[in-house]
Amino acid sequence: MTDALVVTDLRVEFSGFVAVGGVSFDAYPGEVRFLIGPNGAGKTTCIDAVTGLAGGTGSARLGGKELLGRPVHRIVRLGVGRTFQTASVFDELTVLQNLDIAAGRHRPAISLLRARRGVDPSIERALEETGLAGELATPAGILSHGQKQWLEIAMLLVQDAKVLLLDEPVAGMSQDERTATGELLQRIAAKRIVLVVEHDMDFMRRYATRVTVLHQGRVLSQGTVAEVQADPQVQEVYLGTADAIPED
Amino acid sequence: MTKPKPWISLGGIGVFAVLLLAVAPLVLTDHWLNNVGKYCCWAIAAVGIGLAWGRGGMLVMGQGVFFALGAYSMAMHLTLESAGDRIPGFMVLYDPLAPLPMFWEPFRSAGFTLLAIVLLPVVLAGILGYALFKRRVKGAYFAILTQALAVALATLISSTIRETGGDTGLSDFKYFFGFVLNDPANKLMVYLVAAGLLVLCLLAVWQLYRSRFGELLVATRDAEERVRFLGYDPANVKLVAFVVSALMASIGGAMFVPIVGIITPAEIGAAASILMIAGVAFGGRASLFGPALGAMAVGWGQSSLGSTWPEGWTYILGLMFVVVILFLPNGLSSLPARIAAARRKPVEQPAPAPVVAELEEVRS
Ligand SMILES: Nc1ncnc2c1ncn2[C@@H]1O[C@H](COP(=O)(O)OP(=O)(O)OP(=O)(O)O)[C@@H](O)[C@H]1O
Ligand SMILES: [Mg+2]
Repeated sequence: MTDALVVTDLRVEFSGFVAVGGVSFDAYPGEVRFLIGPNGAGKTTCIDAVTGLAGGTGSARLGGKELLGRPVHRIVRLGVGRTFQTASVFDELTVLQNLDIAAGRHRPAISLLRARRGVDPSIERALEETGLAGELATPAGILSHGQKQWLEIAMLLVQDAKVLLLDEPVAGMSQDERTATGELLQRIAAKRIVLVVEHDMDFMRRYATRVTVLHQGRVLSQGTVAEVQADPQVQEVYLGTADAIPED
Repeated sequence: MTKPKPWISLGGIGVFAVLLLAVAPLVLTDHWLNNVGKYCCWAIAAVGIGLAWGRGGMLVMGQGVFFALGAYSMAMHLTLESAGDRIPGFMVLYDPLAPLPMFWEPFRSAGFTLLAIVLLPVVLAGILGYALFKRRVKGAYFAILTQALAVALATLISSTIRETGGDTGLSDFKYFFGFVLNDPANKLMVYLVAAGLLVLCLLAVWQLYRSRFGELLVATRDAEERVRFLGYDPANVKLVAFVVSALMASIGGAMFVPIVGIITPAEIGAAASILMIAGVAFGGRASLFGPALGAMAVGWGQSSLGSTWPEGWTYILGLMFVVVILFLPNGLSSLPARIAAARRKPVEQPAPAPVVAELEEVRS
């Protein structure tokens, strides 16, 4: 069984400016965990700190292991994977090559010198799961926006990440794509920790099991969708109604 | 960068090998064969630059440094071999009584020399690359730093006349590992070794480009951060490519010495390093054959035009460079694909035809 991701009193400063000021939350396998908040609330910065991209103080533990202070690639090797707000895949490489690189960290270094023969079973499963099986030989650069996001998720799957930190995975997606993504997240969350940063309240309402609301680098509210929506502080931040959350 | 048909490229290397190793010795005069041998040496260094710069995105502006490591290792050995038990002539000229400099001594041994040609660039590039890539030095900073090293080394050699021959360089080699260099048969052998090494280097990068490492290198070039978030350390990926390219430059330099018969700081300094880059850009830095063919073309231009019309050659080279960068950023080797794409377009878009027809009607 995968252990929990427990973030305690996380603080991140950028030359004096406190972007995240003492945030605590946890996430368990089996739930689709959401992190929401207005622009500049510090959501991305939280993920950056947990993945080693931004320096932070406090604690972020996966199982017994402290993540803060380790270099990025070591945190990844502990099983923490992430996507970025702007899809970042290797445009010049095909879908298969993208996935093959993601699967590569389990291979011995010397095997890198050989050419690929066939498709890893883990890659086939991820393609099936994300509905990209037909795009195997397509250069990632010409995929649609939604497909790029799925490719990123597929890369996390073949990477065998225990923790998936997804930064606005449905931004710019059509309604159908959002539904497909939500269902995909529910499926993969069964055995993994899935933490989603989102602006889309409708998407959040449909798929979140537990929500943490950030505002100006602090936790404003935490609980189920209903609890969070009923919180008057949250309603105030979101201009009275939880629906009126602006998109980027 | 999807290469669906790696075997076609392999066939290409085969054809290239036959041309260099079998056809060229039959049809070329000794003089031109020697020239082609020289181009091969630059091409070997260029293949390495293609790997580091074209595939790895590291603008290696100071490959002259590694070229020099190979070249001077070889030149010191050949100088000692030619001098026999005596101290090399140019040293006696500057100070008849002083002994052979300490660092020359081991180069008496052929084995040590060969080892040095391989290990010196690997160790230097390893240390340099480790320090730079772990600190995430890249882009212009990396380019300037490597270039500065080439300048520094050339200056150092220029200023140590008695130890390295200074600006006049090292020359007058009589023997090459026991073979008399003046003998045409031995000259042919040296040429074949250089051409053979070029083919080997092409085979090495062919395998690297089709391997998983090649894909990872391109991925690192295009999105280094993303690679880090897949659990790799991009510094290691770049380090491997950088070290291999340094090794190739050193091998090219080592073969340059017996073929050309002289090595001077001018062959390894800033201008020489940039000329190596120019050939690679000209041919197509990310392609398999582009760097080698580009380097050979620039080499040929230099020995034909460069000797008959030196002032003009510089301008022609500069102009060619500008034209290629402006209109063919991926070098001449991308030309066939460009033409093919341009040919396909009219077929795919028959729309303009009616407009032309209309105009014709209006006119008549
Ligand atoms: N590298 C940085 N240097 C300085 N300030 C930064 C840096 N990164 C983020 N910030 C600041 O920290 C605050 C939080 O930014 P963050 O990107 O985490 O917000 P967010 O909640 O992800 O917002 P959005 O919904 O717009 O993506 C913002 O005020 C931002 O300007
Ligand atoms: Mg953000």
